Amino acid sequence: MSAIVHARGLNRGWVSSLAVGGLLVAYVVSSLTTSSETLNIGVVAAEGFFFAWVLIVLASLAVEGRRKAVSRAMAGLVYGAFALAVVPLLSLISTVVTLGLPRFDGDFFGSSMRNVVGAGGGALHAIVGTLEITSMAALISIPVGLLTSIYLVEYAKGKFARAVTTMVDVMTGIPSIVAGLFAFALFSLFFGPGIRMGFAGAVALSVLMIPVVVRSSEEMLRLVPNELREASLALGVPKWRTILRVVLPTAMGGIVTGVMISVARVIGETAPLLIVAGFTQSMNYNPFNERMMTLPVFVYYSYSSQGADAQAYIDRAWAGALTLIIIVMILNLGARLVSRVFRTSGSR
Amino acid sequence: MNAVPSPTTPRRRGDALFRGLSRGAGLSILIVLAAVALFLIVEAIPALIPGAVIDSAPNGFFAYVGPLVYGTLFAALIALVIATPLSIGIGLFISHYAPRRIAAILGYTIDLLAAIPSVVYGLWGIQVLAPAVQPTYQWLAENWGFIPLFAGPVSGTGRTILTVGIVLAIMVLPIMSALAREVFLQTPKLHEEAAFALGATQWEMIRIAVLPFARSGLLSAAMLGLGRALGETMAVAMVLSPAAAVTIHLLTSENPSTIASTIALDFPEASGLDVNALIAAGLVLFVITMIVNTLARGIVTRQREKMGEN
Repeated sequence: MSAIVHARGLNRGWVSSLAVGGLLVAYVVSSLTTSSETLNIGVVAAEGFFFAWVLIVLASLAVEGRRKAVSRAMAGLVYGAFALAVVPLLSLISTVVTLGLPRFDGDFFGSSMRNVVGAGGGALHAIVGTLEITSMAALISIPVGLLTSIYLVEYAKGKFARAVTTMVDVMTGIPSIVAGLFAFALFSLFFGPGIRMGFAGAVALSVLMIPVVVRSSEEMLRLVPNELREASLALGVPKWRTILRVVLPTAMGGIVTGVMISVARVIGETAPLLIVAGFTQSMNYNPFNERMMTLPVFVYYSYSSQGADAQAYIDRAWAGALTLIIIVMILNLGARLVSRVFRTSGSR
Repeated sequence: MNAVPSPTTPRRRGDALFRGLSRGAGLSILIVLAAVALFLIVEAIPALIPGAVIDSAPNGFFAYVGPLVYGTLFAALIALVIATPLSIGIGLFISHYAPRRIAAILGYTIDLLAAIPSVVYGLWGIQVLAPAVQPTYQWLAENWGFIPLFAGPVSGTGRTILTVGIVLAIMVLPIMSALAREVFLQTPKLHEEAAFALGATQWEMIRIAVLPFARSGLLSAAMLGLGRALGETMAVAMVLSPAAAVTIHLLTSENPSTIASTIALDFPEASGLDVNALIAAGLVLFVITMIVNTLARGIVTRQREKMGEN
């Protein structure tokens, strides 16, 4: 009898009923120990997971033996690790949405913080600053990054190429605050100490963005089949035209995706901009003169220097965070979409 | 004799131009990196010369940066202790446990964590996470306070180095689990099937086939995660209530500060030699992260060579 049970082991039905049992135990335990108002769904779910895990492992130990019980226990831990990682993501997104919505209004996108003390005001100056600084960073980084990746894939030979590859790796590891300090050191040499301007922020962001562009474009260019290059060269097309008209168009989808992801990466950067672009409450359209507010710095600054009506500042910080997350998500989803569109058109 | 233009001249010119352009772009990377190092050193020297009178560092620069280096390493280490087992679990989940069809989507969900800007993590850490974990800290200190790590008095706000470590762990989780997933997926299928054929359970298969194969990949993932955690600025600057203390207590309000967060907090108001001291601190951070990343890359290359031999 026991041999039969042993051979069959725990089937799916058994495991799921044990899991439901664990949830029930957790629910009963928590409703007995705490009052219903403070009953936290997350806590119950965590306890339910734990009880279900214990029940399944014990049952497996009794029916299937030690080795399978260990295997089930580890499977439970692996599932638990994933669930645990999703918790902060859900918590973060739900808080940003619920706390960000109250000030996610027309005023927020239509006015700056000039002469605003307390409620009202908006982040228009920060949004303009972010758009200008990020596009300038992209204008610097995309040509340099793309040309470097072309060099590495199409021309690279010998020591110099290896040096460039290594240096791109090193550049990937530069902490964002160090990029900010570099831009500050560079610009203070020309414009004197205490320099703050939007363009310096763009330079700092470029230092962070270039290696990302190089890496992703390089990967895409290497995927282009050599037959295409050889066919074009065999027709007598010069190498530079082969690269421009054959290689680049073939890899275009992946390159655009990589560029969008690199923009998403730097658009949320706070530390370097805090250092070289500074902060201000007023509109500033000129990136070559004076301090320039950006969205991430706006979020930080609203939180760190709350005025008399603290709640108004916190609300604005969360609305800024919501705007930032929406921008980043659009860029990420757009990147996915672009790569999908190009992939399907390429397979025709 | 005349009129037929040589076809090679413009073609060669275009090729030379394009080659020069792309070579120049590669060169500019070297120049930028050299410039980063050079300008940081130039601006750091005034703070480094002996006898420099720095307001924020009355005992000299190295007495000032020492506790910060300790705090930077300590916070990153906490993050790594939390993130390493979790990322191995997530990597295994996506590569070996989750149903094939949804594995890619689940992987993308974890990648989303990497897309969230650090300032949002800071805001979330200080407003949501710190109050949420504070009661647990209280409980830890009351029941396990005899362990030096958990010694009291407990911070009332929850803005301690442990909270920072948790936030940093969440932030480095995507890159570490993505790398773990990659190396787990590269396990030779034949090894896995051989293990199953010998009667191994799923976990035994992973223990004898997947994990040994992935060891060096996991090590380099941990190093890259460490590099990220060392340089992270805003989340630390916002969550931590710093005291520049050198302590291993995780739960008190006397917390060691990190280099990056100190620069972010002090730079906007700094002037004179204080600015140079902060830049010098940034240089120290640059050197530390460069060492960590180089070690990580060394491990990766060695692993590739090893795999090439097989």
